[in-house]
Amino acid sequence: MVIRANGFVSGPGPVNGGASIPSEQRTLPVLQTTAPRRREPTEQGSVGAQRRLEQPAYVPPAVESRPHAAEIVEWMEYLERTPLLELGARADTLRQEKHPEGHVSYIVDRNINYSNLCVTDCRFCAFYRRPKDDEAYVLSYEEIGRKIDEAKSVGAVQILMQGGHNPYLPLDWYLELLRYIKEHHPIHVHGFSASEVEMMAKVSKLPVDEVLRMLHQAGLDSMPGAGAEVLVDAVRDFIAPKKIDSARWIEIHEAAHEVGMLTTATLMYGVGEVWEDRLEHVLKLRAAQERSLQRGGGRFTAFITWSFQPNLTEMQDWQIDEGTGMDYLKMTALSRLVLDNFDNVQVSYVTQGPKMAQIALRFGANDFGSLMIEENVVSATGIDFIMPEAEVCRIIENAGFRAVRRYQNYVLAQDTDDGCPCCVRQVQHG
Amino acid sequence: MISAVAPLTEGTDSELRVRPSDRRLFPIADKVLSGERLNPADALTLFESHDLLGIGALADWSNRRQNGDRVFICANQHLNPTNVCILRATCTFCSFARTPREDGAYTMTLEEAFHEASMATDTPVREFHIVGGLHPKLKLAYYEDLIRGLKERHPGVEIKALTAVEIAHLARIEKTTVEDVLVRLREAGLQTLPGGGAEVFAKGVRATIAKRKLAAEEYIDVHRTAHGLGIRTNCTMLYGHVESMQDRVDHLLMLRELQDETGGFLTYIPLAYHPDNNELGEELGRTGTATTGFDDLKNLAIGRLFLDNIRHIKTHWIMNTAKVSQVALHFGVDDLEGTVRRERIYHEAGAHTPEGMTFAEIVRLVKDAGKRPVERNVHYEEVRSW
Repeated sequence: MVIRANGFVSGPGPVNGGASIPSEQRTLPVLQTTAPRRREPTEQGSVGAQRRLEQPAYVPPAVESRPHAAEIVEWMEYLERTPLLELGARADTLRQEKHPEGHVSYIVDRNINYSNLCVTDCRFCAFYRRPKDDEAYVLSYEEIGRKIDEAKSVGAVQILMQGGHNPYLPLDWYLELLRYIKEHHPIHVHGFSASEVEMMAKVSKLPVDEVLRMLHQAGLDSMPGAGAEVLVDAVRDFIAPKKIDSARWIEIHEAAHEVGMLTTATLMYGVGEVWEDRLEHVLKLRAAQERSLQRGGGRFTAFITWSFQPNLTEMQDWQIDEGTGMDYLKMTALSRLVLDNFDNVQVSYVTQGPKMAQIALRFGANDFGSLMIEENVVSATGIDFIMPEAEVCRIIENAGFRAVRRYQNYVLAQDTDDGCPCCVRQVQHG
Repeated sequence: MISAVAPLTEGTDSELRVRPSDRRLFPIADKVLSGERLNPADALTLFESHDLLGIGALADWSNRRQNGDRVFICANQHLNPTNVCILRATCTFCSFARTPREDGAYTMTLEEAFHEASMATDTPVREFHIVGGLHPKLKLAYYEDLIRGLKERHPGVEIKALTAVEIAHLARIEKTTVEDVLVRLREAGLQTLPGGGAEVFAKGVRATIAKRKLAAEEYIDVHRTAHGLGIRTNCTMLYGHVESMQDRVDHLLMLRELQDETGGFLTYIPLAYHPDNNELGEELGRTGTATTGFDDLKNLAIGRLFLDNIRHIKTHWIMNTAKVSQVALHFGVDDLEGTVRRERIYHEAGAHTPEGMTFAEIVRLVKDAGKRPVERNVHYEEVRSW
């Protein structure tokens, strides 16, 4: 038996391609992190959480004033008259058409949050720290490299690297970091959400497409869909007034696609928005995907939705109805139906728990997302359901699917792989 | 024989809007839609199928025919007077029981129990759910006084108390009959029995997880006796440990047969096994792995379909989580338990859910699911609705 670099054990593979991991191999440890982890309810959370400002009012825009108004109305009527299971069945049929192989994929990766220092003060966030906060940190290249090596040693094929909007880090810090990673700790880097890229553009006074081109050249392989929250500016003003607006978020993703990168898209619901907002969000994403597909180059690979976790955020005492189980399944199914030009819909077991995540596999989702061996952002709210790989596989198989490892580009992992197939390329220096 | 509650006619939806995708379910769907009873082979097919939505749609259809869009909820509170249990060593699935001298063992005095009962004051309590360990020395008089005292202190409160296992235990230590125990408790104010202690009836399973506990026939006998006295009861099945699918079906069949005979079961509640902090979980290497969402929903839905003579199917949100329980309202469930308050037994076994929900939260969950919340009394009569 030979254990390969990517953590697989060579031997006869499964019949239809894609490596099913034998149960004795499904034992990834959860790594200890050096980043501050705040789980105890006695912890104080973000500055905003301690400030406890009064809840502003949220007034949803009138339907007729929204982009995609006609479609929003149509989908609202559909939601109104369609029972949950019928919605699920329709999404399940579409999922089956797109993924007839009967497998559910997941990726082994590690979240590396290079810095929690942030000046955007998002009201929904428990993770950020203001510049003068003594809990603010920036990881060194060496620490990041060590985390990557640990992750690779247990089979990770990607790092998800995200952080706060840190105005003290020059663009060169990011470019050097990427080159350092690709040279000394090569791995697929899925990193820097649109709002971080915006901060880099501001600090460097360069246009975002230029920044994206430089990042990509230095070693950034793909971009996560974080920071989308709800792509309706009225909602953004309510929960994150200093963050980039929805048009800018979409523009940066399209620019990343133009550069040739794959990205994902997300929606965080349950922040006080209405169903019309959620629909506007996914319809905007579909339109953006349409443009990117016409242009060629990169595209959105997957959509991921989850409900807002209020603990230790500025919004923790606000009178907002938390996302329910119904919300989650309806939103998952709806996104599968509306985003018919997206290949993949992921579950979010970290926020919804393994039970709901499994059920969502019959409501349009086909991917279990990331098997995170470190996670700091959601766990800062005290909610996390990090699971060992064996448990993820048990849950997928119990639902009647085959569990398979994949890479960021949704190519299934094979026993014979030596690493991520999408980022084996020459790294440019200088 | 206890007369059944009149069936509902309002709000029923005769259309089955989701057809099964698993072909093996087609003949079962035909049976359900034509009102034909499912046989044990059908139940086995349902348990083995992955067609979650197909099974759910059938159960939902059946539930709507019986209960419309009503979802029963209850202002209840749990009271566990003792965790001392003579089965401590042999019920390996339990995280709650203690030997008398073990760390954490407790037995409430009556005053302590009354104090505990008056703790949850934010919602008026309509029903006390009283279960505990098989204490070797707590006699019947203790429970009679407990129930009488609760009735005095909380006028109008209803009492659902003591599982079949506890009733049989009291009969044994009092050297009397089950019937005598039930009559005396009823005189003290007991109205219904909870359904706990059934676990899985199969001999092999009981030998593994609860070898000294009341046998299946004895559990059934206690319930039969209660029904004969006009005391209605609930019934349960603890799934997700070592039982086979066939064991589950056999279990449900025994419940259905007694219900055919007496009509005394009010509600069926499938209970999810929780593997933390108990010997069985360790032995199976299952620590930290709860039952799956699929299994929870299928147990509820199949309960609805196979137990065609039991009117109410309850999801216990403490085990299944609030999110899954809300979704279960579309999988054949018409009872969302209640405010619960001060649940101990499942939390010792690793349940991560809160120990109680407010009425407002429960009402919102039901409405958000597109259903009508109805506060019930102990006999499932409507107290109020929203």
